[in-house]
Amino acid sequence: MTPPRRKRRRPQHQSPPPAPAVKPAGGAEKPGNPERLYTIAGSTDGKRAELDLVTLIVARSAPPLSASPEVAAVLRLCTAPLSMAELSAYLQLPFSAMTVLITELIQAELVQARAPIVRQAAFDRSLLEAVMHGLQRL
Amino acid sequence: MDFKGSDTIPGPRTEDHLPHTAQAAVKIVIVGGFGVGKTTMVGSVSEIRPLTTEETMTQAGIGVDDDYGSESKTATTVAMDFGRIQITDQLVLYLFGTPGQERFWFLWNGLFEGALGAVVLVDTRRLEVSFDVMGRLEERGVPFVVAVNSFPDAPHYPVEELRTALDLGPEIPIIECDVRRRASSKDVLLTLTRFLHSLALSGALT
Ligand SMILES: Nc1nc2c(ncn2[C@@H]2O[C@H](COP(=O)(O)OP(=O)(O)OP(=O)(O)O)[C@@H](O)[C@H]2O)c(=O)[nH]1
Ligand SMILES: [Mg+2]
Repeated sequence: MTPPRRKRRRPQHQSPPPAPAVKPAGGAEKPGNPERLYTIAGSTDGKRAELDLVTLIVARSAPPLSASPEVAAVLRLCTAPLSMAELSAYLQLPFSAMTVLITELIQAELVQARAPIVRQAAFDRSLLEAVMHGLQRL
Repeated sequence: MDFKGSDTIPGPRTEDHLPHTAQAAVKIVIVGGFGVGKTTMVGSVSEIRPLTTEETMTQAGIGVDDDYGSESKTATTVAMDFGRIQITDQLVLYLFGTPGQERFWFLWNGLFEGALGAVVLVDTRRLEVSFDVMGRLEERGVPFVVAVNSFPDAPHYPVEELRTALDLGPEIPIIECDVRRRASSKDVLLTLTRFLHSLALSGALT
């Protein structure tokens, strides 16, 4: 019996990345290079924070008295660092809705975002070695 | 959307809290056809109970319909499983297992961008269901390894026959696994990481 056969494809460097699924409120999403480095969210004033699924969010203060239940929940969950994906899961909010909420909290200086390490041009070998050692201990 | 009060929101168990020293995270994506074992793999290696995140997408992938009167676009909720492994006090690894229809995977903004790499799970009874996703990873330059999830009644092909069938270069690892076993899933992830390391050494990622 012979398996079905595939034909490999070439990298398409020119093709733009897919459009964002949901336009964040008030945010002009620039078509990014897929290999771009993520900036530390909140460091660019006024612009929408570039929040990845694995950006870690940490609360900077206790919920203000005026906080909505959603905001209070986020600040309570983020007393220890928690990824955007985990926040979205625990709050049962779609990821894009979560980015809108967290962007507001970054601007209000209620949370801090820790940018992920992404695959990029100058790939970090020591990072991969750390991942290997971490997996071996599992 | 009805939102439950903050007291009723379940959070991570205390033992699942990341240390405050956690500075950054990396991600690996697990892809493959329907029922090939993606969720099982995430669950077998994750240190936390696997979670699910959702995104709202349209069929056209251009944005949620503002105009609900229009019937031309349908909003779909896509859910994705993920797990977590703490690598060091500073570094965390997240594993995402893509579900359902693959045309949605690549619309999920930020899922593949920046991922260290991907694991393509294949079932030799239905190899062809993984062809398209491999092509898409190649187009986007996302490095991947192929893991053959061994189901009992699946045909067994020698690795080199699979390599030819999948049209993969000699450098791309192909390994057999049983994703129900943590040790086996861990081997798959280690194989991917070693492969990425070899690419970094050879300068192929620059
Ligand atoms: N025999 C055997 N069964 C497996 C193995 N891996 C997964 N299964 C079973 O196959 C079924 C499907 O596995 P899932 O992990 O749900 O697959 P999936 O890729 O997440 O499926 P979808 O999300 O529906 O596309 C489950 O009943 C698993 O228990 C394996 O290595 N061997
Ligand atoms: Mg699944």
